[in-house]
This record gives sequence, C-alpha cells and structure tokens, in this order.
Amino acid sequence: MLKVDLSSLQETKPHEYVVRFLFGGACTVLAGLIAKRFGPTIGGLFLAFPAIFPAGASLIEDHEKKRKAEYGFDGTVRGRLAASVDAAGASLGCIGLTAFAIILWRGIPGHNAYWVISLATFVWMGLSTTLWALRRKRFFHRRPGSRCRPGSR
Amino acid sequence: MNEMIFRFFIGGVVVSLFAIIGDVLRPKSFAGLFGAAPSIALATIGLTIAKSGAQYAAIESRSMALGALGFFIYTVCVSLTLKRYKPSTLVTTIGLMPMWFGASFALWFLIARPD
Repeated sequence: MLKVDLSSLQETKPHEYVVRFLFGGACTVLAGLIAKRFGPTIGGLFLAFPAIFPAGASLIEDHEKKRKAEYGFDGTVRGRLAASVDAAGASLGCIGLTAFAIILWRGIPGHNAYWVISLATFVWMGLSTTLWALRRKRFFHRRPGSRCRPGSR
Repeated sequence: MNEMIFRFFIGGVVVSLFAIIGDVLRPKSFAGLFGAAPSIALATIGLTIAKSGAQYAAIESRSMALGALGFFIYTVCVSLTLKRYKPSTLVTTIGLMPMWFGASFALWFLIARPD
C-alpha cells in the first residue's frame, strides 16, 4: 500500500537539503557544460547521470541506523538492506527513464515540446509504477505464510 | 553566465523536489523510483530547446536513453552488492560509479557515436 510519511522530512537535516540542492544544481550545470564542449551526443548521457543517487541511498542507510539506535540496536545491516531496496526501486525507475528519453527523442522534433515533455513524464511515472507493482505482486505471492485464495496451490 | 546561474538554480530546485518526494513516500521500493527521476532533463530540456533548437534536444535525448540504460545497470549492481555483501552504502554507490560510465559510454560508442 502506498503512503506518504511526512515525518521523514524531519529526519533529514537542513544541511542535507542544502547539499542535495547544491549537488543537483552543479550536476545540471555540468551536463550543460559537457554538452557545450563535447556536443549533444556526449552531453545527453549526463542527463541520466546518477547525480543524487549516492546521497539519497546513504541517507536511507543513515536514517534506518538512527531509527534502530533509538531502541538500542545496531541498524547497520538493516540500513544497507534498505538502501539495497531503494536501489532496486531505482532500477525500475531507470526503465521508465529510458522510455522518457525515447519519447523526447522521437517526439520533440515537429511536435509541441510542452505536450511531449508532459507525455514523457507521465509515461515515466506510469511505466515505473507498473513495473514496481508487477514486481511487488510477484514477491507478495512468494512470501511464506501469505494467505492463499481458495482453489490456489 | 546568467544562463549557468539559472540552470544551477532550476536544477537544484527540481532535483531537490524529486528527492523530497522520494523521502516521504512508502514503501521504500516505490520511493526508490524517484532516485531515477528525470530531474536534470526536466530542469534543462526547455532551456535547451529555446537556446539550441528541437533537433539538438532530440539528439541529447537519444543519448539520455543510453545513459538511462547505464543507470539501470549501475543500480542493479548497487542493489545486488548491498544485498549480498552489505558494505557501506556511500562506498558502494560511489565505488560502482565507473559501472555507469563504462556502460553508458560503451552504449554510446556502439550506437550513437558520430561517424
């Protein structure tokens, strides 16, 4: 079940928000400079650079460790497994990102850019979510002790 | 210079926004989708079209698809490494970054390099 947990925002320290902003801005500028220097075929690669992924995944490990530490446990392994799950989710997002890029590549020339970008964003979200749901459904049915529907094996 | 400052600001805002969305969503596997959000592209594509034209943006987007495939290979490697060996997340994500470079540039070389 999807849910929004706003308390997570309090776990992130102000300097971590600043670091993300600065890093995101720097990567955006860098992508532009690379395209300017080496051309769009090289520059375009960096539009899919995993800029904030290391910081985001590390934050997840840190937050899980802190949560466990509040109860007196060592959350190192849990934190790293949580980061692993986050990375698995990101891999599905990358498939959506590929579709996003393909739609822009084929759609921008000759069409209204606003609608093409909107469609591409919608496809990224829809495809990534669908893949996530399919993957999750398969794992849900594999869990030991889960309820089986009548007549199923 | 003004363009670079504008790119920096817009890029920072868009990247931060997607990161915050990822922070508040549960479960974590779903939140992870936002780790691969097209944040840099969304921040810059409009500027690119206005400055360099639609064809230029289309060429960038084609390469972006290859970079996204490299990103996919990278995140799969990160996920498997963390799950199997449980090393430090920061060391793993930065240490495996050459996977992105290798995969993306290999795909670029095979598919998109100019003749």
